[in-house]
Amino acid sequence: MADGGWISRWPVFRQLQGEDGRRDAARSARTDALRPRTEQADTVARSVCPYCAVGCGQLVYVKDGKVTQIEGDPDSPISRGRLCPKGSASKQLVTHPGRRTEVLYRRPYGTEWERLDLETAMDMIADRVVRTRRETWQQTHEGKEVRRTTGIAGLGGATLDNEENYLMKKLYTALGAIQVENQARI
Amino acid sequence: MAECHPVGFQWVMEARLRGAKVFHIDPRFSRTSAVADRYLPIRAGTDIVLLGALINHVLSNELYFRDYVLAYTNAATLVSERFQDTEDLDGLFSGFDPETRRYDPSSWAYEGDEEATTDEMREGGATHAEAAGSDSYGARGAGASARPPTDPTLRHPRCVLQVLKRHFARYTPEMVDELCGIAPEDFAELAEAITANSGRERTTAWVYSVGWTQHSVGVQYIRASAILQLLLGNMGRPGGGIMALRGHASIQGSTDIPTLFNLLPGYLAMPHAHRHEDLADYLEREGAGTGYWGNRRSYLVSLLKAWWGDAATEDNDFCFDYLPRLTGDHGHYTTVMGQIDGTVKGYFVIGENPAVGSANGRAQRMGLANLDWLVVRDLTLVETATFWKDGPELETGEMRTGDIATEVFFLPAASHVEKEGTFTNTQRLLQWREKALDPPGDCRSDLWFYYHLGKRIRRRLGDDEIDRPMTELTWDYPEEGQYREPSAEAVLREINGTGPDGRALSSYRELAPDGSTRCGCWIYCGVYADEVNQAARRMPGNRQSWVAPEWGWAWPANRRILYNRASADPDGRPWSERKAYVWWDADRGEWTGHDVPDFDLRKPPDYQPPEGARAEAALSGTDPFIMQSDGKGWLYVPSGLSDGPMPAHYEPHESPVLNTLYGRQANPTRRIYDRPENPYNPPGAARFPYVFTTSRLTEHHTAGGMSRTLAYLAELQPELFCEVSPQLAAEVGLVNGGWATIVTSRTAIECRVLVTDRVRPLRVQRQIIHQVVVPYHWGHEGLVTGDVVNDLLPVVLDPNVYIQESKVCTCAVLPGRRPRGQALLDLIEEYRHG
Repeated sequence: MADGGWISRWPVFRQLQGEDGRRDAARSARTDALRPRTEQADTVARSVCPYCAVGCGQLVYVKDGKVTQIEGDPDSPISRGRLCPKGSASKQLVTHPGRRTEVLYRRPYGTEWERLDLETAMDMIADRVVRTRRETWQQTHEGKEVRRTTGIAGLGGATLDNEENYLMKKLYTALGAIQVENQARI
Repeated sequence: MAECHPVGFQWVMEARLRGAKVFHIDPRFSRTSAVADRYLPIRAGTDIVLLGALINHVLSNELYFRDYVLAYTNAATLVSERFQDTEDLDGLFSGFDPETRRYDPSSWAYEGDEEATTDEMREGGATHAEAAGSDSYGARGAGASARPPTDPTLRHPRCVLQVLKRHFARYTPEMVDELCGIAPEDFAELAEAITANSGRERTTAWVYSVGWTQHSVGVQYIRASAILQLLLGNMGRPGGGIMALRGHASIQGSTDIPTLFNLLPGYLAMPHAHRHEDLADYLEREGAGTGYWGNRRSYLVSLLKAWWGDAATEDNDFCFDYLPRLTGDHGHYTTVMGQIDGTVKGYFVIGENPAVGSANGRAQRMGLANLDWLVVRDLTLVETATFWKDGPELETGEMRTGDIATEVFFLPAASHVEKEGTFTNTQRLLQWREKALDPPGDCRSDLWFYYHLGKRIRRRLGDDEIDRPMTELTWDYPEEGQYREPSAEAVLREINGTGPDGRALSSYRELAPDGSTRCGCWIYCGVYADEVNQAARRMPGNRQSWVAPEWGWAWPANRRILYNRASADPDGRPWSERKAYVWWDADRGEWTGHDVPDFDLRKPPDYQPPEGARAEAALSGTDPFIMQSDGKGWLYVPSGLSDGPMPAHYEPHESPVLNTLYGRQANPTRRIYDRPENPYNPPGAARFPYVFTTSRLTEHHTAGGMSRTLAYLAELQPELFCEVSPQLAAEVGLVNGGWATIVTSRTAIECRVLVTDRVRPLRVQRQIIHQVVVPYHWGHEGLVTGDVVNDLLPVVLDPNVYIQESKVCTCAVLPGRRPRGQALLDLIEEYRHG
């Protein structure tokens, strides 16, 4: 950094003098005192990017119960700390204002969403599964035992965890629901 | 790859810096093309012509890796004299039934196997094919003889190599020119590069994505690549292989532990009502008794024990009858037709957005509108949740909100940082994610949702016989935290499996056929070895070997390259020092190397199976493809596929070009839905002159639910556009930055126009073929909106795996914006009928 008084060290002055504003001439006492917010995190979780299937390592920084940053994990032999535009934006995926955090319900023929308590919604869904399963149960089909329902179907899994897919397949199969599919078919 | 898997592409660039030559073959010029050594534009839907010509080049010039091919593939195996090729039958293989448009594959068998394949319930037979049976081969081939007759001189006219030679003889550089639009000199450069870079010292890798799978001949695209790679000796070796780049964080995991209709965990087929009446039937008809699949009783019984615990006993077939039975196609598109027809009443959509992401979005939304109830779980209100409020059919007047009876539940989901669990990436690697914090508000993990839903359902059931699979299900996991989150580690441990002592198993070799072991997914057995979550291992990459075996855990058995026995020669020595990977250590009497050997550790190269040996013991010391009944890489597939034992080029269902290879225009066994909701562009209709294909962008993700909602990404790619060549722009009257309307028989969409030299018109059959390339990420929700591109696509499926042909159809292009309301319906009607 240049010697002399504060004016000669002032970034604006230095840049007006022709120094490159993208390099040393951008520095000031204030910027020198700045620290990355990752340093102030309470916890760091080792995670994996949720977008494509490369599986880049992510470090998730949390302070005061909020995600403050998500960065590439330099230890990962797959990604070596790098993230693409989507992976780099994944803090926004978790924190953006458009994310829904409440249960919504649309009644038959309804024109608007309504709010619903999560426990109530879970009970209502369980009721519907039990009822639809009963009403559409097939014990036999073309003379063969099938023990199933074709009244209940599911789609999804490719964005979920293995453990989640496992419980989904286990539950659907025990219920006799066979039309279980995910993006891998598509 | 640079566009859609950019961080993975860094390794291609590393290889290029070290001298690798990179070819990019794609209808679209993308970020990959920009940094490849050579970019070859190709007409969408013609890859089998190109791959077939490469195979022909290798065979007719004797450029195959003879030692590898002879020892490790079925090149020498003799095929039944009943087999007739597309050469004999003008584009059909023997066994085609024009009434049902299905094959009877019994004549495709190896010599001597014909009798064994007369059972109509066999693998590859019509009943098997109707339930997407071919799709269960994620970990094996169909059953065939372990020791079929062979001719090691490779001269017998019915040995596989000679059958291949005749079959591919008509796939010439001239055909590549005529059908793909790739000039002979460009083809020659590609052919020279892949053959010069294969053999003892070098390997070539092929990388594909949905550009190969989303076709009515998708499986045969990949088969063609497999034939080429086997001929060149590029399988099971470092720097070789065929890499499927998958599009979602755990789409590989959701195939291994399948939320798919025709599979149980670990590529065990879902039982079929006619083929599998009981456990004995199932074990008899799902594969041969030789190779690792010969242990399938252990895999299946351990799964049944994991699900039904003490209720599953030898006396009750381990509750095999608790598994519901298939009777045919219960796949995604048939399910949607069932919704339209009213047989499907309730639908769970979990982290997926079919109203935008599936072909023929209008049919998808018609299905949603006819449900009794719909549950959508996602981070945001995706189009599938809001179809009743602002779907495109409301604008055209085809639907009215007040008429739609569907009850919709939207449940907000936890994000990837608000739950713990494993993703399986595209290279079969399981990586555990730590939880950073609890989810906000009503957001919950899907693990939470399904676990607590299951508990609630169980409380509502009595002792009815049909409820026993539910009431006797093992469904008791430790609950943690303020939301009573079920323990994901406990679930992973159940997937891994436990032995008679209740301890975690270390390997699928420990699974027993007698019910003494439990295992939720046999190929994942070992992920919790030594009671340690192996997927959570995080040894930094720079502190271990280049194979990085201590980062995460790859199935099976933490192997990073499958079938790696093939990286050594038949005597067990590396093919070359440069390509050494796994080899036989004669002093120690075991296989060793950089990776976990994909072979019986102590089976010497000179091992010969005794008469009557079963499972892995039936394979010799030179049989690397251990999931196959004969241990060989299959150049020719004697059973298990529904559209032929070898790839043949057929045009896409909708194509402006005549198939000049055969007298068959399109795949004769493709699955079509001839219904009013799914009209096709009429064959040869001049009003649909252009080839239409869809694409993706770095800045967006599939149907957009995780990207159109983010300000950063929305700003980077704010608007739907089509890429067209200057010639097409001039022909139609399109202006760069202006609007275009793209029309098919399904609908019309509008998008901005990007006129660019990146899209090159192709000379095909002495005419110019224009291709229109459109990314499909937009919909009517999110920060940036646009028409749903997949609404243009018809539903036509590959007959093996029921994936739709969404990478190619035909279209018309008009200048300007599309009409609104009834005028849009009038336009489509006009185009439908000409």
